[in-house]
Amino acid sequence: MIRLEERAAPSLPFSALSPVLAVLFTVLVAGLLFVFLGKDPVKSLAVFLFEPFHGVRALTELGLKATPLVLCSLGLVLCFRANVWNIGAEGQFLLGAITGGWLSLKVTENGLQLPRLLFFLLLLAAGFLGGALWAAIVALLRDVFNASEILVSLMLVYVANLFLDWLVFGPWKDPNGFNFPQTMSFSEFAEVPRLVKGMRLNWGAPLSLVAALLVWLFLFRTHAGVKLQVGGAAPLAARYAGFSARAALWTVLLASGGLAGVAGAIEVAGPMGQLTPHVSTGYGFTAIIVAFVGRLHPLGAILASLLLSVFLIGGELAQSRVGLPSALTGVFQGVLLFSLLAWDTLIQYRVRWRAVQ
Amino acid sequence: MIVPRLELRHVSKRFGSVVANDDVDLSVDPGEIHAVLGENGAGKSTLMKIVYGALQPDSGELLWNGQPVRLRNPHQARELGVAMVFQHFSLFETLTVAENVWLGQQRTMPLESVRVAIRKKAEEYALEIDPDRPVHVLSVGERQRVEIVRALLTDPRLLILDEPTSVLTPKAVERLFGTLRKLAQTGCSILYISHKLDEILALCRRCTVLRGGKITGACALGQESAASLSRMMIGREPPKLGGRTNQAGEPVLRVRDLSLQREGRFGVPLDHVSLEVRAGEVVGIAGISGNGQQELLAALSGEDTRAAPEAIELLGVPIGAQGAADRRQRGLNFVPEERLGRGAVPSLSLATNLLLTRRESVRPFGWIDRRALGAQTAAVIRRFNVVAKGADAVARSLSGGNLQKYIVGREIDAVPKVLIVAQPTWGVDVGAAAQIRGELVSLAEAGCGVLVISEEIEELCQVTQRLYVIAKGRLSPPLLTAAAGVELIGEWMSGLWPQTAPREVSA
Repeated sequence: MIRLEERAAPSLPFSALSPVLAVLFTVLVAGLLFVFLGKDPVKSLAVFLFEPFHGVRALTELGLKATPLVLCSLGLVLCFRANVWNIGAEGQFLLGAITGGWLSLKVTENGLQLPRLLFFLLLLAAGFLGGALWAAIVALLRDVFNASEILVSLMLVYVANLFLDWLVFGPWKDPNGFNFPQTMSFSEFAEVPRLVKGMRLNWGAPLSLVAALLVWLFLFRTHAGVKLQVGGAAPLAARYAGFSARAALWTVLLASGGLAGVAGAIEVAGPMGQLTPHVSTGYGFTAIIVAFVGRLHPLGAILASLLLSVFLIGGELAQSRVGLPSALTGVFQGVLLFSLLAWDTLIQYRVRWRAVQ
Repeated sequence: MIVPRLELRHVSKRFGSVVANDDVDLSVDPGEIHAVLGENGAGKSTLMKIVYGALQPDSGELLWNGQPVRLRNPHQARELGVAMVFQHFSLFETLTVAENVWLGQQRTMPLESVRVAIRKKAEEYALEIDPDRPVHVLSVGERQRVEIVRALLTDPRLLILDEPTSVLTPKAVERLFGTLRKLAQTGCSILYISHKLDEILALCRRCTVLRGGKITGACALGQESAASLSRMMIGREPPKLGGRTNQAGEPVLRVRDLSLQREGRFGVPLDHVSLEVRAGEVVGIAGISGNGQQELLAALSGEDTRAAPEAIELLGVPIGAQGAADRRQRGLNFVPEERLGRGAVPSLSLATNLLLTRRESVRPFGWIDRRALGAQTAAVIRRFNVVAKGADAVARSLSGGNLQKYIVGREIDAVPKVLIVAQPTWGVDVGAAAQIRGELVSLAEAGCGVLVISEEIEELCQVTQRLYVIAKGRLSPPLLTAAAGVELIGEWMSGLWPQTAPREVSA
C-alpha cells in the first residue's frame, strides 16, 4: 500500500528535481504513444527531441521560438506570484501584435527609413502599450467591480482575436494581396533587426534575456517586488503591513500585459513580416505551462521556454518527417503540466510503502 | 497494582535530522490528571500526536490498559476513547460550529441533536458557545472552545488538552478545572499540556517534563515548586521583571468615541470606545476573545480605515483614516495575534519578513540593500534570542514561540512611539514569555506608550499600570492595575461596570 506522509519541511531537492522528473515522464509517455501509433519510438523521439538542436539554423530557430514564450511567461511569473490569475497573455500578445503591426505598416506605407535602433525602440513601446492597455481592462474591472480576472482576461483573448480578424479582413488588408486576409509585407526598415545574417533569430532574443534579468531584479531585489509577493502569499500580512493590493494588481497586470505585447510586436515585425490572423500559435497559453514548469522563477522561465520550444518545433518536425499528427504537441504539453503537478506533491509529502496488514 | 490507562515505552520519533522525541517513557493511570510540561519545540506536540495516532513512532511501543497497541490513524485512537484538543485547530471555516462537530462525529446523529448536545455540554462546562455561528467569524479563543466541546462530546477515556486555558477567564478556568476533576473521577484520564506552572500545580498529580525531545523530569507534583519545575523545563529560573517606575508623560495615543458598524454578519460593532495611552506607560485591555478586540485592533493598526480621522489621534495628529503603512511611518507599530499569515509570511525568509514593517534597508527606487537587511535581521535575531538557522530561514520553519519573539522584536527594534501588542505571549513558553514582557516594560520605560491586549489577566497585572476591560464592543473606564483585583476585572469582563465613571476608578 502506498501512503503519503507530510514532510516536516518542503523538500528542496524535489522542488528542483520535479520538473526534470516531469520531462522524463513525458518522454516516456511520448515513446509509448509512438509505439501505439505504430511508429519506431526511438526514431520518432529522436526527431522530436534531438532534431530541434541539430545545426546552427535549428538552434537559432529554437531561440526564435523561445523568445515570445520567455516574454509572456515572465509577465505571468509576476502575476501568479502576486496571486493574480492572468490567463489572457494570448490576448495581450495579440494586441501587441496589432499595435506593433500598425507601426510597421505605417513605416512601410510611408517609406520611412528610420535608424534600426530607433525603430526597434518604437516597436517595443508600441507593443508594450498595446498589451498593457488590454491588461488594463482586466485590472480596471477587477479593481472597480471585483470581476474575476481569470474570466475577464480569458474572454478578452477572443475579443482580441476577432479584432485582429476584422483588421486584416477589412481596413488593413493588403490591396495587392489577392484578397488574402493579411497586411502588406513590411519593408526592411519596419522589421526587427536580425542577429545573424541569413538566420531569422533577431534582437528579440537578447531582449528577452534582459527582460528576465529585470524581472528577477524587480522580484527579489526591490521593495515593490517583495510587496507583491507578500500580497500573493499572505493577503492578511500585506494588509497588516499596509501594502496596497490595488498597486500590486495594477503593477503585475500592466507589466505582464506589456511584456506579452512586446512579444507580439516582435513576432509580427520579426519572423512574420506582416500581420495575419495567425500571428500566434498559442504562445500566451503555452506561457502558462512555461511559468509553472519554470517554478515561477525568471531563470526557470528561460529554461522552460526552451523546453517547450523543443516540443513545438519537434511536433512540427514529427508531423513532416514521421507523419505524426500535429496535435501530439498539445498532448505532450498537457502530459508535462499534469506530471509536473503530480511530482510536485513530493515536495510537501513523502511516499511510504508498507505491507498491507 | 493499577494497570495504567496509557503507557509509552522508549518512544522515539525523528523528522529528517531533527529528533522530536528521544526515548520517551510516560504513564497515565485511569482517572489521573497528568501534566506534560516543556518549552516550545520540546516535542510535546509530537508526543501527543503519537498518542492520538496522527503520527507513528519510529521505535518504542504504546500500551493501552496494559495491551500493546499500534495506532495507525486518529480513527483507531478515537475508537479506543482518546480525544484531543489541539493547539492548532482543525475546523472548516465556512461551516457552523454545529456542522463542524457533526462532521467529526463517528456515529450518525441528526444535526439538530448535535446542536442540542453542544448547548448542553457547553452549559455543563461553562463554555460560552453558539452552535449556529460559522467558524470563520470566531476568534482564536472561541475556536478553541469549539474544539473542547467537540472532544467532550465523544465521552473520552483519555482526553488530551493542549494549552486549554489560554483563552478563558479566571472564573471559567476554575470551572473548567472543576469539570476536569469531575471527569477524572469518572475514570477518564487526562493529559494536560501547559506552560502555566501554577495551573499545573493546582490541577495535576504527576507531571512529565520534556526538554529537547528528552524526559528531564517525571515527578509527583506535591514535592515540586514552580521554580524547580521551570528549572527542569528550561534549565534556569524564570527571569523576573525589573522594578517599574510609573512616569507616564503626554498622551501619545488617544481614541475618542470610536464607533464602527460590524463588518460581516457576525462581526462585533464597536460602541463609543474611548481610551488613552501616555508615553512611558503600559496600558492593558482585558476581555474574553470575540468581544471586539479584533475590530478595535484593526481600527487602531490602520488595517481598517473606516474610523473618522479625528476619532484616533497619534501624538496629537488625527490618523483615523490613514492606512497601516502611514501610521507606522508616524511611529505606531503593531504586533497582531496571528503570527503566521498576518504578522509574518510563512513561505518567506525572516529577512524578507522584516520588510513588512521596516524600511531602513530600502534605498531609493525601492532597491533593497541586502547586506543591510541581513545585518538588521541578524541583529533582531540576536537581541531577542530567536532560535533560527539565520536571516534566510523561512518563517514557517520557526517554532511558534520563536516566531513570536522575532515579530515582537522586529516591532520593538523599530523604536516606536506607540506599540500595540495583541496576545504577546499566546502559546509561548515561560522563558520567552518573561523575556517578551520584560522587553515591553523596558520599551515603556524608554518613553514608548505600550498597549497590550491580552486574555491573560495575570500577564496584564504583571506588565500594565492601567487597564481597560472590553466586553461586547464596549470599553470600560480605566482601572489602576495596582488597585484592581482579579475578581473585579473578571466581573467587568462580563460587561458589568458602573455606567457613569467620570474619573479613574481606583477600586
